[in-house]
Amino acid sequence: MGIQELYSEAQQLSTAKMRDDIVQQLYDRSHQLCQEGVSYTKSDRDLRTEKLDAIFTSPILGFPIMIAMLGLVFYITIAGANIPSAMLAEFFGSLEKYITSFFTLIHAPAWVNGVLVLGLYRGTTWVISVMLPPMAIFFPTFALLENYGYLPRVAFNMDRLFKRVGAHGKQSLTMAMGFGCNAAAVISTRIIESPRERMLAILTNNFVPCNGRWGTLIVLSSLFMAASYTGGVKSLVTTGVLIGIVMFGVIVTFFVSWVLSKTALKGVPTHYTLELPPYRKPKIFDTVIRSSVTKSWSVLVRAVKVAAPAAILTWVFANIYIGDTSILMYAVQFLDPFGKLLGLDGYIMMAFILGLPANEIVFPILLMGYLSTGSLTEVDSLVALKKILVDHGWTWLTALNMMLFSLLHYPCGTTLLNVYKETKSKKWTFLSFLIPTVIAIFVPFVITQTVRMLGLI
Amino acid sequence: MGNEYRIALAGNPNTGKSTLFNALTGLRQHTGNWAGKTVSMAQGSVPFKDKVFQLVDLPGTYSLFSNSKDEEVARNFIVFEKPDVTLVVLDATSLERNLNLALQVLEMTKNVVICINLIDEAEKQGIKINEKLLMNRLGVPVIKISARNKIGFPLLLDTIDRIITGAIECHPAQMKYSDEIEEQIRKIEPKVREMVGDRISSRWVSLRLLDGDEALLNELNKRFVPEGVR
Repeated sequence: MGIQELYSEAQQLSTAKMRDDIVQQLYDRSHQLCQEGVSYTKSDRDLRTEKLDAIFTSPILGFPIMIAMLGLVFYITIAGANIPSAMLAEFFGSLEKYITSFFTLIHAPAWVNGVLVLGLYRGTTWVISVMLPPMAIFFPTFALLENYGYLPRVAFNMDRLFKRVGAHGKQSLTMAMGFGCNAAAVISTRIIESPRERMLAILTNNFVPCNGRWGTLIVLSSLFMAASYTGGVKSLVTTGVLIGIVMFGVIVTFFVSWVLSKTALKGVPTHYTLELPPYRKPKIFDTVIRSSVTKSWSVLVRAVKVAAPAAILTWVFANIYIGDTSILMYAVQFLDPFGKLLGLDGYIMMAFILGLPANEIVFPILLMGYLSTGSLTEVDSLVALKKILVDHGWTWLTALNMMLFSLLHYPCGTTLLNVYKETKSKKWTFLSFLIPTVIAIFVPFVITQTVRMLGLI
Repeated sequence: MGNEYRIALAGNPNTGKSTLFNALTGLRQHTGNWAGKTVSMAQGSVPFKDKVFQLVDLPGTYSLFSNSKDEEVARNFIVFEKPDVTLVVLDATSLERNLNLALQVLEMTKNVVICINLIDEAEKQGIKINEKLLMNRLGVPVIKISARNKIGFPLLLDTIDRIITGAIECHPAQMKYSDEIEEQIRKIEPKVREMVGDRISSRWVSLRLLDGDEALLNELNKRFVPEGVR
């Protein structure tokens, strides 16, 4: 008998449950040996960790607590970021007047003011005022949870679900990383040892909104989804919408993992050991300073570095005319029919295409696109912002579709580059672009057509 | 040379395995490239009495299934390279998680010594380990050490020496699984033995086949099946 037949025979005798049982029984035996051979004379600390674990990883309470924690982090971020965001926007808005009058004073040509103020200045200050406050709150809050030792428990809770779709429980840790930055999260998938499951984690990481998309998601959900509420309730509704969006991303992650592990990445999940470190009181000062200052700063620098050239480029395209139509408008008109199918428009499609280098700049480019067509309103408040969008035919459906497209679409340039570096495969890199793109087109398309058919709008 | 013996060091990550390796071998180290190629393992020699122990530091792993390159390399070394003695280094402060690796090694090979490392740290935390009981249950020597403070080295080296000379015989206790699993093992083991003979544990191979370990299958194919038959 050949070894291959022997293997097939063994596979027929075996079941998924038996595979688990083998590992389970090894652990039971270890546990039993420790019961007999190890005694503890002072174990208060260990007991505390065990008691907390019984709550945080409980089959009943585990998930509600997890969602509540996520909600709390979002709520703190949204409620806390509102005021500083508005203050920054107002500050930059008032500063703009002085810069413009300075240019008028020295009789600079109109295009100088156009490129530098309307293009560069508005684009980058938008990024700063909308992105900086949430980042400065989100990163430290998340880091506190991480340092407390809660994140490995999340991985533990999620493991059962991941296993059911053929993926690896540690994938939830790389997803958590994705909230910060997908490009970094792709590198962090190195913690998953088995290549098949690691590939799943890489291909689906993009369905977690990175902080470059947070700004867009927060603004759109508070402007359009929570529009009829005020004050604390508004932040609460915005939080709810955001949790919904994140949950949807998680569902898509599971779905894509499941499909892939039944097709291109066939296989069974491997056994692995997840260390649950003892709970520790985080060093609050250190954590807050390190994550808010260094992390936010580096993300911001990246955003501005990419946003500045893109802002200038957009302005130039919007102001170079061929005949009586600008280059930008040609592109917009070309993309418009396709955008309309998805409940979006040509401007939005173009913003996403030009935004490939970094998700941070999608919204600024969109705004510049809208503003370049005449109505030169100053965007110094969210009300003005909403007016611009509504003037261009936006409804709640447009906002929802843009949020979904932003959540689901292809990863940014940096992430794609990292996927290539990690997988060393053009095929998988291309798939990591293709899969999200197809889904990002499919979902808004279905929603838009359904809403229109039902006559909801 | 007739007096050289190969000793493999296995253990979880961060159990002080490499500390033990460095403390024992000192500067007598070099990097060896074993089968598996991508992972290189440190090697070093320890002279003891009339013998020289060649220590091989296997990659630190949580288990010895074929989840990753590291686990495969460590596993292949223990099973196919057949070291004279395998040391399993465990962290005394988290023995329960660590023991599971020891149980797996006991299924794979006969001459095993269990080193419970960080014993001083464990005592500080109020953890008391009854090594005599563990020795009884596991059927192989269990030795408490502290690699950092070089506690327990003479006994460890002496035990290795006595296993090699045959003064101590190891009878690794085989993990007993549920009836259902044992029944499947019984069905498949005779056929496995026909193929691998006594070269490796047929019980262990049967278990791995039941677990669907394809990497091991490929390895067996490479090593045991003659070129033409494949």
